[in-house]
Amino acid sequence: MSKMKLRSLLAIGSSAFVLAACQGQDASDPAVEDPATDEETGTDAGEDAGEDTEAVDFSIAMITDEGGVDDRSFNQSAWEGMQAWGEEHGLSEGDGYAYYQSNDSADFVPNLNQALAEDNDIIYGIGFQLLNSINDVADQNPEQYFGIVDDISDRDNVVSLTFRDHEAAFLAGVAAAETTETGRVGFIGGIAGPVIDRFETGFTAGVAHVDESIEVDVQYAESFTDAGIGQQVAAGMYAAGADVVYHAAGAVGNGVFTEARNRMESDADAQLWVIGVDRDQEEEGEYDGGNLTLTSTIKAVGSSISQSANLTMDEGFPGGENIAYGLEEEGVDLVQGNMADEAWSSVQDARQGIVDGDIEVPEFSYSE
Amino acid sequence: MVQTEIVIEMKGITKKFGEFKANDNISLNVKKGEIHALLGENGAGKSTLMNILSGLLEPTSGEIYVNGKKENIDSPDKANQLRIGMVHQHFMLVDKFTVAENIMLGKEKHRYGFMDEKGAEKDVKELSERYGLTVDPSARIEDISVGMQQRAEILKTLFRGADILIFDEPTGVLTPQEINELMDIMKKLTDEGKSIILITHKLDEIKKVADRCTVIRRGKSIDTVDVKSTSQQQLADMMVGRSVTFKVEKEPAQPKEPVLEIKNLTVKESRGLDAVKGIDLQVKAGEILGIAGVDGNGQSELIQAITGLTKVESGTIKLNGKDVTGKKPREITETGLGHIPEDRHRHGLVLPMKLEENLSLQQYYKKPFSKNGFLNHKEIKKHAKKLIEEFDVRTQSGESTAASLSGGNQQKAIIAREIHRNPAMLIAAQPTRGLDVGAIEYIHKRLIEQRDNGKAVLLMSYELDEVMNVSDRIAVMYDGKIIAIVNANETTENELGLLMAGVPLEKAKQELTGEDRKERETVAND
Amino acid sequence: MLTTNQDRVNALLIPIFSILLGFIFGAVLMLFFGYNPILAYQAMLMGVFNSPYFMGEALRQATVLTFAGLGFAIAFKAGFFNIGVAGQLLAGWVAAIWVALSLPDLPRVLLLTLSIGAAVIAGAIWAGIAGALRAYFGTSEVIVTIMLNYTALHLTNYIIRNVLATGNTTERVGENASLRVEWLAQLTQNSRVNMGLFMAIIVVILYWVFMTQMTAGFEVRAVGLNPDASTYAGMSAKRNIILSMLISGGLAGMGGAIHGLGTFGNIFTQSGLPSVGFNGIAVALLGLGNPIGIFFSSILFGVLDVGAGFMPNRAGVPDEMADIVIAAIIFFVGANYIIRLLLNKIKLNKTVEEGGE
Repeated sequence: MSKMKLRSLLAIGSSAFVLAACQGQDASDPAVEDPATDEETGTDAGEDAGEDTEAVDFSIAMITDEGGVDDRSFNQSAWEGMQAWGEEHGLSEGDGYAYYQSNDSADFVPNLNQALAEDNDIIYGIGFQLLNSINDVADQNPEQYFGIVDDISDRDNVVSLTFRDHEAAFLAGVAAAETTETGRVGFIGGIAGPVIDRFETGFTAGVAHVDESIEVDVQYAESFTDAGIGQQVAAGMYAAGADVVYHAAGAVGNGVFTEARNRMESDADAQLWVIGVDRDQEEEGEYDGGNLTLTSTIKAVGSSISQSANLTMDEGFPGGENIAYGLEEEGVDLVQGNMADEAWSSVQDARQGIVDGDIEVPEFSYSE
Repeated sequence: MVQTEIVIEMKGITKKFGEFKANDNISLNVKKGEIHALLGENGAGKSTLMNILSGLLEPTSGEIYVNGKKENIDSPDKANQLRIGMVHQHFMLVDKFTVAENIMLGKEKHRYGFMDEKGAEKDVKELSERYGLTVDPSARIEDISVGMQQRAEILKTLFRGADILIFDEPTGVLTPQEINELMDIMKKLTDEGKSIILITHKLDEIKKVADRCTVIRRGKSIDTVDVKSTSQQQLADMMVGRSVTFKVEKEPAQPKEPVLEIKNLTVKESRGLDAVKGIDLQVKAGEILGIAGVDGNGQSELIQAITGLTKVESGTIKLNGKDVTGKKPREITETGLGHIPEDRHRHGLVLPMKLEENLSLQQYYKKPFSKNGFLNHKEIKKHAKKLIEEFDVRTQSGESTAASLSGGNQQKAIIAREIHRNPAMLIAAQPTRGLDVGAIEYIHKRLIEQRDNGKAVLLMSYELDEVMNVSDRIAVMYDGKIIAIVNANETTENELGLLMAGVPLEKAKQELTGEDRKERETVAND
Repeated sequence: MLTTNQDRVNALLIPIFSILLGFIFGAVLMLFFGYNPILAYQAMLMGVFNSPYFMGEALRQATVLTFAGLGFAIAFKAGFFNIGVAGQLLAGWVAAIWVALSLPDLPRVLLLTLSIGAAVIAGAIWAGIAGALRAYFGTSEVIVTIMLNYTALHLTNYIIRNVLATGNTTERVGENASLRVEWLAQLTQNSRVNMGLFMAIIVVILYWVFMTQMTAGFEVRAVGLNPDASTYAGMSAKRNIILSMLISGGLAGMGGAIHGLGTFGNIFTQSGLPSVGFNGIAVALLGLGNPIGIFFSSILFGVLDVGAGFMPNRAGVPDEMADIVIAAIIFFVGANYIIRLLLNKIKLNKTVEEGGE
């Protein structure tokens, strides 16, 4: 019940917010009935895409995982990518691109089927949780194109979009090792599993690359949503002497930022850092005395989707392929953020090393 | 004659629940400064009428005048404004709060936004002194006696400025002393100009305090009479609608072999203190043994131990010659025990369940009520129908919930259930509590009938009259012990009173004769 | 004083009014924010009822909800608030998959029986812990079941990762452990509605038989309504507490098995407790503890749940709106006092009018 209530409350709260926002937009142009002619997109498309005013006859859709489209990380960046893609091609939401939100893992398959019924050219599943569902539906609909992000499908009508997160995490490890003064850093994972293991492995290797004596405190929150646990785990790490914490735990990370901010604001001498994940989390690190986001690893989920869509339009669907995005393809990266120049140059060296193949970044800490 | 002011006039009040008329064209007027009794059997419609007056129910038709002005009392708030206050039968008090806190509940005294507890306590003290309602304002409700709680309840209504007080069955929970004190308080209140409506079915109380009395029977007002010129017998006949016998008619007992044998029984109460301290007791077939005593002297624990509901610390209980010490309730029941529990709502019935289900609550697991774990609803219904008829349980049908029955009929249902099984031993704890004369008469008859059928009956009651009238022998409990066992036809109310207060039998006898002597001396001296 | 007939009518009217009010409340909210509620509800209902596939999915959802709802209801009847349905469901889910994966070569009937049996036992144990603690130590079952929910969640994740799989997802169970019914799947265009639906209907009937026709159910009801009087009548409150919790957990566990073997065919690490467990509580409350009521409530919730997905893309209304409607319905069920008052007022006016004539 409690969760149910909470969810409903959140639903009320968030939808009220979203709705209010939408209304605001509508209010600015009450004549607009169809969002397709929304002014912003209209002008943008009109100016930039003057040449190809003809909207393309191609549509894509995505199915979120349980995090939902507004999770401020993974799903959101995928959706932002799709929106940008739609804009680029003169399309509008619901007519060219759309998302289907899953509130529960049982929603994956119905959502896929809904997207199917709406005649989309490619349907993307966002996150490894959707692999089984994508495979099932792909088997039942061999003529339909699908995409899966963050996992590999062996079906011929599915393209797999994976990320070498370990490479970016390696750079985060280098940045952390170069920045720590206590000789102790932390890693907070979401739910243990291959995807997050990449982050952990890369990060640990990156730290060791700089200085093997630096200790890495690794813990898992067993959640991607519970900021409270994030705060709790971070409190333990900071208390134990870590001064840089990297999180790969979605919304759990919000708690990590909160804890660091609280500690910094209550103790002027403290210097703690958080490393963000998936998108630049600089704004999450703002506090009274400055910014405590050291840097963030970037994962270009959105551009991977638009790239694969464009590829399909131009050259045909890369079915059965696994397109892996690493540092070289700029599918993952690390921003400079608030890093000292020294650390940044060290990161850049490591980056070059990885791209050149001089440094080999381990992907998993266990052997499959 | 002085023209006395009429403060309340209810004219032609009718209240329908569906097709059922709870009140049928009832009229009632209350004069300033009088105690007006409202007499009627349980379910006669007294409470409905008073709920209408206090704004809890709206009448289907009829008019109410307060101080000569027609009023529409549509909420308790409105009743409050009209200075009508109700002293409820089940106190509306918060156990964890102090007397003062309870009294000002909802009408808290503020001082710069803070609760002014000191000021409230002072107000309460003043009020209680004025009406002789002594009660410690700072004591918590859970720590004070029922009588004190009632005073708090009365003070609450006075605190809200009530001029017309409705007392709903106020004496049901009180000891004889407390009842006397309450009567004094009521008189004092009317002396101060308050008017009182006293809902009751106890005739002696009406005789003692009331000025006039309106009798209600089956939703209709029968008559309003002057109490002084009407006898108890007349009142009772009016209430019940036929001639009632007060004195319980019974042949002398013919006790046979002992059915219940208790030896050196010790039982602890819930807080771990000894409540029953080494009791020896026998109840024989063909006799009614009464247990007298002030509430809280171990009677409840004794009965719970016999029925297997409480752990026995030491000693033995034999039923029908079988040792049932420490056995489970069901096993003891099967050995031949019937139990009419003290609190019929809590222990006797599952109120939200159907009456028919309640009537087979002790037998549902046996043939013919069930077979191989499946209930036989047909048999259950048949059984219920039989009991309802035989014991005159008034209900719409066996499918009505037990909660929908009046108190007397609920009790009849329990008695039907327990007696019908024909147990060798019947324990009746407070079997007539809160019931009207008609129902009491009926229940007493049934108990005596059991006795005459050669069953053993154990009657526990706080009502001295009841114990004396119904029992053959009386065991008086004091402080967890049986202080004396006397023959009912050889003892007096005074003797029992002294025994209940813990005075040993010998001394009690001495004291009583001594008193006689003293009385004689004072007479002589005059 | 209400007669039983009136009670029965009220028992039906309250949920219906609650549902209506819930929908009206949702509509008002949509209007307030400038959406078209008719379009939204049309999208929701048409989305489901125009497509055999989505009708199938709604029924599949309803199947699991029925089990969760019945599980909650029986404990509720006995006087307990089993918040732990979600955890017990998860326990059943993992147990069923575990058995199905461990014994892949057994014949279908045997394997399904064993798998579901294991799930029932796992769920029953999980709830039984809370029941036993309550019966013997008087610990609050609410707190214990909440804690056991999290224990179940993390234990399940641990088992998946370390025993059943290396990653976050187990293998699929074999054909012989699947609850898929070919003709049913065909009929609903390959939806995942499965044999569980028939099991749910059977369990609804069994539940009704147990509660109304059997002495054990009689005891559970009596103890739930008045434990003191039941003890006086020789029933064992302890026994009934534990029994009702065992059945409660067993039903939830069976729901978990059907979720696992029917909906997914595997189990994967969860980031939170399955929401179907909590919605089961809502379903039980809406059904007012009546098994048939619970079944129909489950179907309603299944339709709402599946239909909600159509609102964003077909009506431009956020699917959270469906959550709001569900929440509002539950609110009105909980606030049935208001509805009773309303019903009484209507009746009162009627009788007054009649009386006036």
